[in-house]
Amino acid sequence: MNSDTDNAIPRRIGEVIDASTSEFTAQCYRLYDAPAIGSLVICGEAAPTYGIVCEARTQSIDPGRAAMPRGMDAANEADVLSNNPQIERLLYTTLRSIVVGHRDRDAIRRYPPLSAPRMYAFVRVCDAGEVAEFSSSHEFFATLLNAPMNAQDHVVSSFLRYSSAAHLDPHEYLVSAGKSLASALAGQLPRLSSILRSLE
Amino acid sequence: MNGVNGRYMDYAGGRLPLGMVVSGSLSEGINVRLDDGVSIEDIKIGTFVSIQGQRNRFLGVITEIELESTDDGIAAVPPDMSSPLLAQALSGTIAYNSITVEPMLIIGADTMNAAQPAKTIPPHFSRVSLASEEDIQTVFGSEDAGHFYIGNPMDMEARLCLDIDELVKRSNGVFGKSGTGKTFLTRLLLIGILQHGAASNLIFDMHGEYGWRGSSEHINEVKGLKQLFNSKVVVFTLDAESAKRRGISTDYEVSVGYDDIEPEDVDILRDTWALSDIAADTAHSLQRNLGKGWLRQFLAYAGGENFSELARAMNVPHSTLSALRNRLNRLARFGFMTEGKGSNSVDEILNYLQRGMHVVLEFGRYGNNIDAYLLIANLLTRRIYNRYVRMSEQASGDSTQQPRPLVITIEEAHKFLSPAIAKNTIFGNIAREMRKYNVTLLVVDQRPSGIDDEVMSQLGTKIACLLDNEKDTDAVLSGVSGSRKLRAVLARLESNRQALVFGHALPMPVVIQTREYGSPESYRELGFVEAAELKAQAERDVDALFGPSAC
Repeated sequence: MNSDTDNAIPRRIGEVIDASTSEFTAQCYRLYDAPAIGSLVICGEAAPTYGIVCEARTQSIDPGRAAMPRGMDAANEADVLSNNPQIERLLYTTLRSIVVGHRDRDAIRRYPPLSAPRMYAFVRVCDAGEVAEFSSSHEFFATLLNAPMNAQDHVVSSFLRYSSAAHLDPHEYLVSAGKSLASALAGQLPRLSSILRSLE
Repeated sequence: MNGVNGRYMDYAGGRLPLGMVVSGSLSEGINVRLDDGVSIEDIKIGTFVSIQGQRNRFLGVITEIELESTDDGIAAVPPDMSSPLLAQALSGTIAYNSITVEPMLIIGADTMNAAQPAKTIPPHFSRVSLASEEDIQTVFGSEDAGHFYIGNPMDMEARLCLDIDELVKRSNGVFGKSGTGKTFLTRLLLIGILQHGAASNLIFDMHGEYGWRGSSEHINEVKGLKQLFNSKVVVFTLDAESAKRRGISTDYEVSVGYDDIEPEDVDILRDTWALSDIAADTAHSLQRNLGKGWLRQFLAYAGGENFSELARAMNVPHSTLSALRNRLNRLARFGFMTEGKGSNSVDEILNYLQRGMHVVLEFGRYGNNIDAYLLIANLLTRRIYNRYVRMSEQASGDSTQQPRPLVITIEEAHKFLSPAIAKNTIFGNIAREMRKYNVTLLVVDQRPSGIDDEVMSQLGTKIACLLDNEKDTDAVLSGVSGSRKLRAVLARLESNRQALVFGHALPMPVVIQTREYGSPESYRELGFVEAAELKAQAERDVDALFGPSAC
């Protein structure tokens, strides 16, 4: 099972710094601490919103001072960091998530909420139970497949691989998800084949 | 469907779900998309299904099974099926299965809960399931005095019954190519008529299959009507010697006198004797000229000048008259022909029939001689029919005096009812006039295309076993609504013990698996009690009456 979904206590990873009703971006508390592409994350306490991570980015805090190479004389990458301890303070990591659902009281709605997540809402990775519960139905596929993002099929297959680990019978889950995907990708047989074959 | 029966109880009303209505029309049938979990290999054409509409339930049969796809490219560039996940995901989604159901009956609020012919169709997304035993009983009735259990609908254990009263009201037909179970089904129908008492049977038993014993594909020998219903069946024979050799008990030996032969008997032999129309008509002229005993006198005519003079007197070519005499001389080969008048078979048969008995006429060694079969069946039927006409006319206005209904069973029916002769023979008359004189036919044939169209259209109930000749299929289905779809059903019947039944004796066409016949259980179910069992029962009855005998 995926290490993120194994966590008994959900781990908070960052806060929302840019949000709309269709996607949100969170900055991680720690450098390089973004969950894997395809992970299910949740943000907000009052109106929890589910997102699927579609992109992670690490960049300079100061837009005017881009990161430069520092390891020409270093023996390995670890030496670069130990020789430049300020680096961790000058860089930050963000993750971008597609909004695929929200929680309405106790019910999970697998479509975007009426309002965007609030700024500074806490973002955490969903635990295995939450992943299994959310992915037990696939109405959110249409939202995911219509969202603007790079390497969309890679995100979809990553999510399926990640969420299947949270189910008791991963293969059965993948067959069921594959059927939903087949309906959502009607007329796009090569694309469907490519996604499903990558899951084998 | 394999294992389906055991799964019935798991579903509401005992109906196993199949899928949902997605499109269709009354004329072309209802298209049903099969549920993902339903294996197409379990679906068989001709299966009886139920469709739950909003207010009514529709009953129909599967007439087509199709592999469909939402993506045209799947046929041109099939996906790489080495991936099991891909194969499973595509199955039931992009690649799916569908069936076409011909809606036959409607039951529900619009029809006061009675089954009526479907004049509308169920709406989109109606659920479709296999019909339940309850559906079968609602539509076909349950086994009782008026209904005879003939078999089971395909893959179901429900008993499908024929309405015997409706059956005997019209002439009926059993068709199928050789070895498909025609005789088996005919025997069952005869037993149904016999048990129900709706009519008397007169069976022209060409190959000795109905009287004392018959044969079956799986069992060497099965009991005939006489063995099962001894007190109700009499066996007449044309060949007592053969019967004795075969150890068959017969009740009456039939003989035919030369004086009994009439020109109409020559008419029916026209094809098999390869007689020209003129030669056949000459028989009528001879009877007019020579009077009673015409045949004896004609055959006794010496050749030469006398014969030529007769030809001149009758204004027919000498060769024609000669050909007729050659053919008529063939009658001398039949051991059942006697000088003068033959046995009084017609009176004897009628006597038995009017007492509610059933008569089987077995042909012995003449069973393989079509001339003998045609001659005897025609000769006896014509006389019996004439008596029935007289009796019916005498009883007109008084229904209690009407003669007991009679069902005449003939095999190789196309020889009696071919288009060339059907209009002039007694069998053609009976088939067309239906119940007017209380006589109907049960025709058994492997070449229905050889039977006159008008006669075929008059048959009330048709039981069709496998037919693979297109003309035969057309002939059986002519005039039947939805015949195009039934054709697919008919062409795919199993080669034995499966039949498509449709017509007046049942409310909708249905494919049946013929009920079992030939095992001790099957005989018991038909009311037959073995002699040992009868004896034991008698002893028990004596004990019950007088107390156990002291030993």
